[in-house]
Amino acid sequence: MSDWVIEAEGITKVYRMGDLEVHALRGVDVRIARGEIVSIMGPSGSGKTTLMNILGCLDRPTSGSYCLDGSQVAELSDDQLAEIRNKKVGFVFQSFNLLGRQTALTNVELPMRYAGVGNGRRKRAMEALEAVGLGDRVQHRPNELSGGQQQRVAIARALVNNPAMIMADEPTGNLDSKSGVEIVQILLDLNKDLGTTLIFVTHDPEIASHTKRVISLLDGLITEDRIVE
Amino acid sequence: MNLWRIVLEALDSLASNKVRSALTVLGIVIGVGAVIAMLAIGAGAQNTITGSISGIGTNLLFVMRGGSEEVRNPQHLTLGDAEAMRDPFAAPSVIGVAPVLQGSAEITFSGEGDIVAAVGVTPEHESVRNVEIAEGEFINEIHLLGRAAVVVLGPDVAETLFGRSEGVVGESVRIEGQPFRVIGVTIAKGGQGPSNEDNQISIPMSTAQTRLFRRSSRDHVDMILVQALNADAVTAAEEEISAILRTRHRTDIGEDDFTTFSQQSFLEVAETITNVFTIFLGGVAGISLLVGGIGIMNIMLVSVTERTREIGLRKAVGARKRDILLQFLTESALLSLFGGLIGIVLGWALSMLVGAIAAASNADINPVVGINAILLATLFSAAVGLFFGLYPAKRAADLEPVEALRYE
Repeated sequence: MSDWVIEAEGITKVYRMGDLEVHALRGVDVRIARGEIVSIMGPSGSGKTTLMNILGCLDRPTSGSYCLDGSQVAELSDDQLAEIRNKKVGFVFQSFNLLGRQTALTNVELPMRYAGVGNGRRKRAMEALEAVGLGDRVQHRPNELSGGQQQRVAIARALVNNPAMIMADEPTGNLDSKSGVEIVQILLDLNKDLGTTLIFVTHDPEIASHTKRVISLLDGLITEDRIVE
Repeated sequence: MNLWRIVLEALDSLASNKVRSALTVLGIVIGVGAVIAMLAIGAGAQNTITGSISGIGTNLLFVMRGGSEEVRNPQHLTLGDAEAMRDPFAAPSVIGVAPVLQGSAEITFSGEGDIVAAVGVTPEHESVRNVEIAEGEFINEIHLLGRAAVVVLGPDVAETLFGRSEGVVGESVRIEGQPFRVIGVTIAKGGQGPSNEDNQISIPMSTAQTRLFRRSSRDHVDMILVQALNADAVTAAEEEISAILRTRHRTDIGEDDFTTFSQQSFLEVAETITNVFTIFLGGVAGISLLVGGIGIMNIMLVSVTERTREIGLRKAVGARKRDILLQFLTESALLSLFGGLIGIVLGWALSMLVGAIAAASNADINPVVGINAILLATLFSAAVGLFFGLYPAKRAADLEPVEALRYE
């Protein structure tokens, strides 16, 4: 198995909005190895969200090739992309995106239900929740949890199918600074303990300061891709 | 995702807004309830009608004057015709012939009186028409030959005159002012309106001809009842007596001046009428089911829009199009299925109510909620849910994850 989780070459994305053509990405090359911690940074409109969507298989590039954990993404059908998202990518969103009517435990089980996992679901979900420090709150609903706790549930959910990487889109955007720090720490610990590749998409330099590699985007192109110590 | 989990999630989702779910379901409830009630009432009416027709007897044929429209002066049926039908060689399928004179007469007893249907009959009438005597006896040959002034009462007539239907044999009553002796009372058979035999009196034909009913000839009769050998012989009997009459009346081919009715033809007409009636009622009720389905589609569309982000999230963690489709289809199917089940109960209650009202106002209709109707209604409500839920579910399934996640 290749050591690259992400191998993307010549990625472009063009949106058509009425008569207008918007070039969100104009040719991006990215390689991310297993176990790396990377930040993708840039101002609004830089294309960083578009790049995240493509790297996370939520969207397809207009042109270019993308190999995720050994699978060529461009040729895949919608159903196959869904499977990739299910098994290889774990998402953490700024606004948590938990299912409000379900408990923490059931929320974490969601990816496993779509993967068709039957037995052992509950056990794995419990383990994931314990790994993020919420072992005592598994039956709570999101409206009974604080922002930081909800984000932890989201992280547990992202972990539960043992993905190749976790993509965190402004994970601390809706949190106070203390909770934000805790969340980033949890993710870093996961990388340390499990070797999970982490990709942060953010415009917060505070987060970027915790990552060893920062990729900067501007107007659809990478302006900088450096290792920080 | 296994089906059980999907059903649970769908139930959970529907329960999260109980008022909305209840209102949506209401359309289906009313629709199915109406269909069930209409079908039940229609079935009950059909049973009543075919029941009273069947009560006449399966071997019976009615022969009446008047047939093809081209015959301008149809001949009367006569006692001679009746006698000819008794010929075992000409009509081997016939085992009984009962000519009848029909009319109405005023019957009184010490102040109580009524105008009732009166028939002039022969003794054969008892077996041909399946008359059952509660007390006393029916008209016999002696009464007929002697033009006796005797009468057999239906139980309702006895009630009207004497306040009871037992112990009235031997009483003297007046029919059109003339004295008659009661020789028998028939057993109550139930029935409605003009064909109600319980409210009828029977007199020897000879007596009726001389004393009550004026006919242009002593030979004329109003109707001839014919009893066939058995139910299978009815058609043959019909042909035989038709042939006899055609010969006797010397009518042209294809232009009969008489008409024969069998119970079968009555039944067929009755069933056709009630079937049309039932289908019409059911169809009208079905329209409300349609409206209920539109209501489901409407609410599901709203639900899909409201849950756009949720759909985006589910896709982001790996839901395929068919997972989303199944999820929303299950919700709409459950909605309409619930509505259907409640509607069946409502329809059953409604038909019970109608039955009670009918019984109270003496209309003999017993609504019947058949298994067929229930199965049909259940199937239909599930189908409505699936059909009307398909479009919203497809809209949900086709949402682009990126767009959906961005939705405010």
